[in-house]
Order: sequence, then structure tokens, then C-alpha cells
Amino acid sequence: MRSDYILETVRMIEEECLDIRTITMGISLLDCCDSDIDRSCEKIYSKITRCAKDLVKTAQDISKEYGIPIINERISVTPISLLVSVSGGDPVKYAKTLDRAAKDVGVNFIGGYSALVQKGMTEGDRALIESIPEALACTDIVCSSVNIGSTKAGINMDAVRLMGQIVRKSAELTKDNNCFGASKLVVFCNAVEDNPFMAGAFHGISEPDVCVHVGVSGPGVVREAVKEAGPDKTMDEIAEVIKKTAFKITRMGQLVGTLAAERLGVPFGIVDLSLAPTPAVGDSVARILEEIGLESTGGPGTTACLAMLNDAVKKGGVMASSSVGGLSGAFIPVSEDAGMIEAAEQGTLSIEKLEAMTAVCSVGLDMIIIPGDTTAETISAIIADEAAIGMINNKTTACRLIPAIGKQEGETLNFGGLLGYGPVMPVRKVKPDTMVNRGGRIPSPIHSLKN
Amino acid sequence: MRAVISVIGKDRPGILAFAANECARRSINIEDVTQKVLEDMFTMIMIVTVPDDPEEYHAFVTELEAAGEEQALKIHVMHEDIFNAMHRI
Repeated sequence: MRSDYILETVRMIEEECLDIRTITMGISLLDCCDSDIDRSCEKIYSKITRCAKDLVKTAQDISKEYGIPIINERISVTPISLLVSVSGGDPVKYAKTLDRAAKDVGVNFIGGYSALVQKGMTEGDRALIESIPEALACTDIVCSSVNIGSTKAGINMDAVRLMGQIVRKSAELTKDNNCFGASKLVVFCNAVEDNPFMAGAFHGISEPDVCVHVGVSGPGVVREAVKEAGPDKTMDEIAEVIKKTAFKITRMGQLVGTLAAERLGVPFGIVDLSLAPTPAVGDSVARILEEIGLESTGGPGTTACLAMLNDAVKKGGVMASSSVGGLSGAFIPVSEDAGMIEAAEQGTLSIEKLEAMTAVCSVGLDMIIIPGDTTAETISAIIADEAAIGMINNKTTACRLIPAIGKQEGETLNFGGLLGYGPVMPVRKVKPDTMVNRGGRIPSPIHSLKN
Repeated sequence: MRAVISVIGKDRPGILAFAANECARRSINIEDVTQKVLEDMFTMIMIVTVPDDPEEYHAFVTELEAAGEEQALKIHVMHEDIFNAMHRI
């Protein structure tokens, strides 16, 4: 074994924040369906606490044994709207059950308070969506997501209109707690069924009964590798450096995922090789873009750098793992990334530029704090724009917007922990109301007709 | 199983002896050692055979890393498999 390899790995972990961001156990709740909501909740509680009882301990054991930090253990479940459709009743009961079960097994988030309504809504879907603000306000670690569009189905504009109101209300109900509710709610287009990252994780119905996914991270490692390559390298040479680094990171994820699955006695799902930033110094995606050669993220050149980064990460990762899935690419959450926060505070990063960036990164408008007086219609219109990018480009896009109730442009909102803090970013005030209130559907694009 | 111990710190007499002693105290066999002094930074890598019992192994890692901290050394113990996974195709 070469000592420079060993020291490289040690340096990645000690100094460059390389870690396994999450081990997420996907649990199907389809066998918990019951026409009586209370019995349904009982079965859910017992299934989650049975399947995930060793999850946290196993992750911590692996972390100690292998010397790799594993930051989070999480659970994703079947979209709860399916269960609501069977049982009826108040969906918030499900949220409370999930919250209690997740806390009892010691995980730090549980995702799947979700509905997939890209083409239309059932009664269960509608009931669930309407309950989201209350569910997020009265629980601590439940995450919610709603898929409102896809390349195959188009965009459900009725759902888009509704989600604008739901996002606002989620923030309003938690306004004394930094509008925290809205930070646990993601609106997707082309949602993936095996995403291990919160807040958008849910366990798709085509997934096995129980499985384990791993999300790796490592923006700091990529940045350091780009820095080491120096300013004289061409863009393709930089892409090559990123590819090699992504390979190494993903191999670590694959190793940990396989081990975790083996020890928990469940199938291994996927490695999600996303560069997921945190507010910690050196753990920023924006800083990679700046290392490539931008004065500040958000300026001209940002989209091109991000496109190259996102693609190189995928190429390196694909070779390293037999089952790459989830969102895989670079995340650009504003409040969770020190470089993005700085760029937003300076005004070099705008929502419009972020929208362009989402056309080439792995997700979408993420953790963006908007003025408290932004109307539900405007939020809906931003969601529609973002979904359109995903629909036309065959990619996942998402919106996690946080209306800072009672706050204006220039003020800040601080969530603490991994969710970070950020400035309230300006949103254009021209009204999209008539368009949003039309409702209906945006038909799927011509290139969806592939059969 | 085999593990890799890396020791990094400011060079001074006795670092190798300290690490070797810590291992010997727990009957841990050292299979290979490489060390280098770059400017005044001491870097050493040891390949060791560690106990298979997880409890015993965890105790060893925790104590060794803490002992290193007292001596102003950065000590990191990692499973051999990680390096094989990350650096070999």
C-alpha cells in the first residue's frame, strides 16, 4: 500500500470534510395500509421500529471501525398519500406516528410525507397536501415532498397553484421558529424514488420492502484537488481531476453502503454521489466554482463551471459504483453553503442566476429565503418555472423556498445546524396571478413520446 | 483484520517509540512501518493487526487517538479496506 495514498485519504477526512453524509434506510409501508387510520399508524410504528432498530448503532459501529465519519442516519418511507387514500382520516396522525417512530430509533430525519401528483390528484393526495403545513409544524423531524410534474406527464398546474399556498402556510405556521416548516418541504419535478437526501427523500413503490442507500459528500475534497491542479490546467484537465476525485469518494460510499446493508441484513440500494455542502468552512460547492476561476459564484461563467463539475462528478462516480442513483451531482442549497451565502449577501448571486444553474446541476432552487410578503401566486410561478426546466431537460428539479414571514430583503434567517443561515433574497414583484390561477396542466413535451 | 495507523506531528525524539509502545501494551502486532520527516513535520504510517472483536478494537482506537492528542500528535486509525477501495480499481 502506498503511503501517499494513505496520507491522501487521511487528509481528505481530517482537513477536507470528507464524510458519508447519510445512510438512509428505505422502508415500504404498503403492508401497513389499513382502512382504519389508527391501526394503520400502529402498524407503521411497529414496522419502522422493527426494521430500523439497529440502523443508528450499525452506522456508528462502521464509522468507528473504518475511521470514516458518518454524519446522519435517516429513514425514507412510502409516500404517505397512498396510505391516506386507503384509510381516510386526518393525515397529521401519520406525521405524528412517523415523528415518534423516527425519534425512538434515533434517526435525525424521516422523509416520505409525500404525494406524487404530476398528472392528477386523488382525494388522498389532496388531503395529504392540505395537511402538510400543520404536519410540519407539529412534528420535528418529518420531511415532506410533493411531485408536481414530470417529463412523461407534464406539469400539474392545479397542484402548482396549491403548493404555492402550502409553502407559504408552512412558513406562517412556524414563523416563531424561523419558518422552519418550509425548510422541510420540497416541491419536485421528476422526483426520484431512491433519493437518500432530505428533505426530498421518499421510498418509491417500485423499491424493495426494505433497503439501504448511501449519500456521500465531499465538496472540500474536490476543491482541494482543483486547487492542487493549479491555475494553468485547461478545463478538460480540471474535469479529469474532478472525475478522479469523485471516483475515490464514491468508492468509499460503495464500501460503507455494502457493509451497512450486509450488517442490517437488507439489500443495498444505491450510492448517491452528490456534492452536498454544509455551512462548515471548506465544505462548499460555491468555493469549487471559485477555485475553478470565478471571482464569485453567481457571476458570468458560473453556469458553465457548474455544468462541467456536475458532469465530471457523475462520470467519476459511475465507474466507482455498480448502482449509482438518487440525485447524484452537485447540490446548490443557498443557506447550507458558506460560499453561496457570501455571494447572496454581496448580491452577486440572484434567484434568476440560481434558476439558470439548476438547469445544469443535480437538483433545483434549494434553501432559498425569500421576502415574507411574497405572495402564494409568486411562489407557485417560481415552482412552475423550475418544474418546466426539469420537464424539458429530463432531469430532476426542485424548489425548497422559505418565505421569511415578517422579514424583508437584507435581513437574515438562521436555522442552525446543517440547514445553515442566509439572507432574504429579492424576488421580482411583477404579478403572475392570472397565469397561476388558470390551473389545468402543461402538457408533456414532444420528446416524452418515445415509445 | 488489518488497520492502518497514521501519526502526524512536529518531529521530536520518541514518537515512534511512543506509538510502538501503545501497540505493544495491547499485544498489537506491527507488520510494517514507514516514516518520513518533511521539514520538521513527522509522518509515520504503521500497518498493524488489530483485534477482530469490535469492542476491543473500538477501545484501542479511542485510547490511541486520545493518547496521541495528549502528545500533540494527530493519530488516525482506519480499516485497511478503505484504502483498497479508494485507490485500487
